[in-house]
Amino acid sequence: MLLVVEQFLNGLQFGLLLFLLAAGLTLVFGIMDLVNLAHGSLYMMGAYFAATFVAWSGNFVIGVVLALGATLLLGIVLEVVALRHLYGRDHLDHVLATFGLILFFNDAVRLIWGPAGLALPLPAWLTVPVQIVPGVFYPAYRLAIIVVALAVALMLYLVVMRTRIGMLIRAGASNREMIGALGINIKLLYTLVFGLGAALAGLAGMMQAPILTVQIGMGENILILAFVIIVIGGIGSIRGAFLAAILVGMIDTLGRAFLPDLLRKVLSSAAASTAAPALSSMLIYLLMAIVLVVRPEGLFPASRR
Amino acid sequence: MKTAYWLAGVTALALAQPAAAGDTIKIGFVSTFSGPTAVIGNDMRNSFELALDHLGHKMGGKPVEVIYEDDTFKPDVGKQKTEKLILSDKVDFIAGYIWSNVLLASLKPIVDSKTIMVDANAGPSQLAGELCSPYVFSTSWQNDQTPAAMGLYMNQKGVKSVFLIGPNYAAGKDMLTGVKSTFKGEIKGEEYTVWPTQLDFSAELSKARASGAASIFVFYPGAAGVQFLNQYSQAGLKAQMPLYTAFTIDETTLPLQKDNAIGVPGAQEWVNDLPNEQNKKFVADYRKKYPGMRPSFYGAQSYDAAQLINSAVVAVKGDTSKKDEMKAAMEKADFKSVRGAFKYGNNHIPIQNFYLQDVVKDAAGQLSLKTVATIVKDDQDRFHDKCPMK
Amino acid sequence: MTASLNARNAVAALVAVLLLLLPLYSELSGNIFVLTLFTRIVIFALAAASLNLIMGYGGMMSFGHAAYLGIGGYAVGILAFEGVGSGFIQWPVALAASALFALVIGALSLRTRGVYFIMITLAFAQMAYYVASGLARYGGDDGLTIYKRSDFAGLINLSSRVQFYYLCLFCLAGGIYLIWRIVNSRFGLVVQGLRSNEARMQAIGFPATRYRLVCFVISGTMCGLAGALLANNTDFVSPAIMYWTRSGDLMVMVILGGMGSLFGPVIGAIVYLVLEEFLSQLTEYWAMIMGPLLLLIVLFGRGGIMGLLGRFGRG
Repeated sequence: MLLVVEQFLNGLQFGLLLFLLAAGLTLVFGIMDLVNLAHGSLYMMGAYFAATFVAWSGNFVIGVVLALGATLLLGIVLEVVALRHLYGRDHLDHVLATFGLILFFNDAVRLIWGPAGLALPLPAWLTVPVQIVPGVFYPAYRLAIIVVALAVALMLYLVVMRTRIGMLIRAGASNREMIGALGINIKLLYTLVFGLGAALAGLAGMMQAPILTVQIGMGENILILAFVIIVIGGIGSIRGAFLAAILVGMIDTLGRAFLPDLLRKVLSSAAASTAAPALSSMLIYLLMAIVLVVRPEGLFPASRR
Repeated sequence: MKTAYWLAGVTALALAQPAAAGDTIKIGFVSTFSGPTAVIGNDMRNSFELALDHLGHKMGGKPVEVIYEDDTFKPDVGKQKTEKLILSDKVDFIAGYIWSNVLLASLKPIVDSKTIMVDANAGPSQLAGELCSPYVFSTSWQNDQTPAAMGLYMNQKGVKSVFLIGPNYAAGKDMLTGVKSTFKGEIKGEEYTVWPTQLDFSAELSKARASGAASIFVFYPGAAGVQFLNQYSQAGLKAQMPLYTAFTIDETTLPLQKDNAIGVPGAQEWVNDLPNEQNKKFVADYRKKYPGMRPSFYGAQSYDAAQLINSAVVAVKGDTSKKDEMKAAMEKADFKSVRGAFKYGNNHIPIQNFYLQDVVKDAAGQLSLKTVATIVKDDQDRFHDKCPMK
Repeated sequence: MTASLNARNAVAALVAVLLLLLPLYSELSGNIFVLTLFTRIVIFALAAASLNLIMGYGGMMSFGHAAYLGIGGYAVGILAFEGVGSGFIQWPVALAASALFALVIGALSLRTRGVYFIMITLAFAQMAYYVASGLARYGGDDGLTIYKRSDFAGLINLSSRVQFYYLCLFCLAGGIYLIWRIVNSRFGLVVQGLRSNEARMQAIGFPATRYRLVCFVISGTMCGLAGALLANNTDFVSPAIMYWTRSGDLMVMVILGGMGSLFGPVIGAIVYLVLEEFLSQLTEYWAMIMGPLLLLIVLFGRGGIMGLLGRFGRG
């Protein structure tokens, strides 16, 4: 029972981390219709910036804030210099171009920071286990991830749904010519949205960094999950991304936790150990395939005009 | 037509034949030089180069040329690079190989071409057993040996039960099997994680805690070892479930693991403070040549690989066409190894001691690995009977 | 199709001649490596050509094509492991398995469009990847070594590098010929028409999905053949060949060469793999060059290399 509670929390934490990554992706895809494979690279850059700034400033929070700013800036530069030329083009062009960006970023990081990767150590106050329920200890840092991610989700919801700029974003997605005709600077809007997406990706990267290390190519594996999530949730829908991310996080974690034992009832231990991780990964893709066949607009699609 | 010319030019470049040379000793070295595990490859390269420095960059009177190739941590790429070294660069020897799966994938072209290979790390059980080859020599160990030694140590300490966690690839399976072969206590659980992509061990750690085992054993080389120790400490398990390891803490990971590694024992056939002369020279010169860095066991094994190759070339006075004599010379293991003298088993795997290593902090706050005890002497792997060689 | 003397055809002819004469060069210069490199290139050219059929001509952007390389490869590998060494059994199984997989996936995926189609083909390919990783008996992630190449009972000896190269070249030529016939047939015109304007084609009365599905299956089967060839070439098969980034590589080859052009995939495969091989020899940081290069090609080089050549030809 206690194990289930712990695993549930693990799944929630992983799902929320995925949400941070998927939110940016779905915004950019939904509003600018841009397939950005380099989103994973922004995730990586966030982690690298954080490790660098934390080491430089000696303070965890300051370092993270600086890194957020740096990733935001990087996102804006990237949009202005390279990606805005891709708007309106074939998705395939996006795929190819951003695939090229992945290659570039991986090598650029290697050039600047070296091939070995970095570490992002936690301050002492975050390393203690917290007793959330009698008998169940959960690492303080993972709780922090849950809290922060939920806060960001709430903030995102408020910004998109309740502020003027959010309204502009939603309007721009519906009808960009009209927005332009009304005198709103649509280019600036898009740049800001992309920057926001980049910052979210960077935040996800830096939040998971103390648990996992900071390394080259860390974006590739998680990027694919992010795409799966936004498809399941519905492209352009933040609410969809949130719910789908939790779902995927749960499936992955609970699958990895409980499948091997289930499989051992029918297979030998060695075969079960090989089949189980593969199976739990497959489940997520199976879910996406089912969603695409049955309800391609996603489980929780953004409301259409 | 510019594109056509350019295409033709590139193709010409592709077809350009490298200059053939019979007067140099050519060695191909396959390891990982990119990605998070590049630090291991670099350590191996640094140590190999140091050995060449000590040899004056000559073997048997002939200059030595080393070609380093990056397997990018993938079996299919490692195989490709191996083939390129054999077919295109026409090397006299091949060395390296960190990963068991990369090695197994690359074995066929090596054996088919009868190229002498010195394996400086990977130790899959198949290589010690049915896939053994007269052309392959190991300067490392067989995967099961090191965890088996740890199992023996755990017995000595009276550990009652253990939860095993490891990565799901050839070496991971060997490691956990190795512990099970000697550990007398109860195995409360055995979990394999997706390799190399799974870096979040929260599910496995939760299960370990829930199992009620008295201890945890892990094998997570490279960056995964850093991550595992991080998460292990953050989960607050240090007090209730002590950790026993193989190949998880070494000089390449220690700088990143820092205090998380204190008090976590590991087993190894080489530790940097082994008292023989050759080792003292190796470690001292390494620290001089590469300031701020320490060699790891990967490096020590690579250093030995260079020395082993040298012993063969010297024995034939530089005539590398005499393969049978070179193989015979190598079988004698007649060189000064940094782990101390050892003999080869019939399967060309060393018969050697295994030591208990622990992490200590000195007065200046510097972390290093120290030899605490000898766990087992002249240990031979369990697979040599399966090898058809005599 | 009238053959006219222009840049595109000239380059295609030049490449064809180079490929034909390559083993001669290898023999004379003693450079075996160039032969093995180009065998690999020819096999990938076949895979890229099969992708071009559905992507370039059919407008179906499949991000999971590498799965067929794996299916074809594993068919050969698994049968070899279980003692069935005859190519006469292995290769038909490889083709049949690929066709079946394509049929099932196609039937499900073709209900979707655009980016959703991309994602669902990706999903199925990842599933194939994970199935292969999960098979402990066949090596899982470590892969499976194939100790003996497919045996064709004296008809052809695949262990001979030269013979094997010509077999691959023959398959590539056959594949391209098949694509040429399809594209210029009524069936092919329908598929291309569907890419341009599906509504109109359906109004005329063509069942879109059925046509696309047939195209999809042919493409998958051809790629399965490439997979069987690849497994024999590397004497090894592992799930890595099916990972999504490999499908990305195939797409890059097609786009680089020029989508919807007959010889484009061949050029694309040659350029991509040769660049990869030699840039990596020139500098450790080759991806920093390759990356922006791809970006520039997308932004400025519409239609890939063949497109560029086409523009020269028109003057």
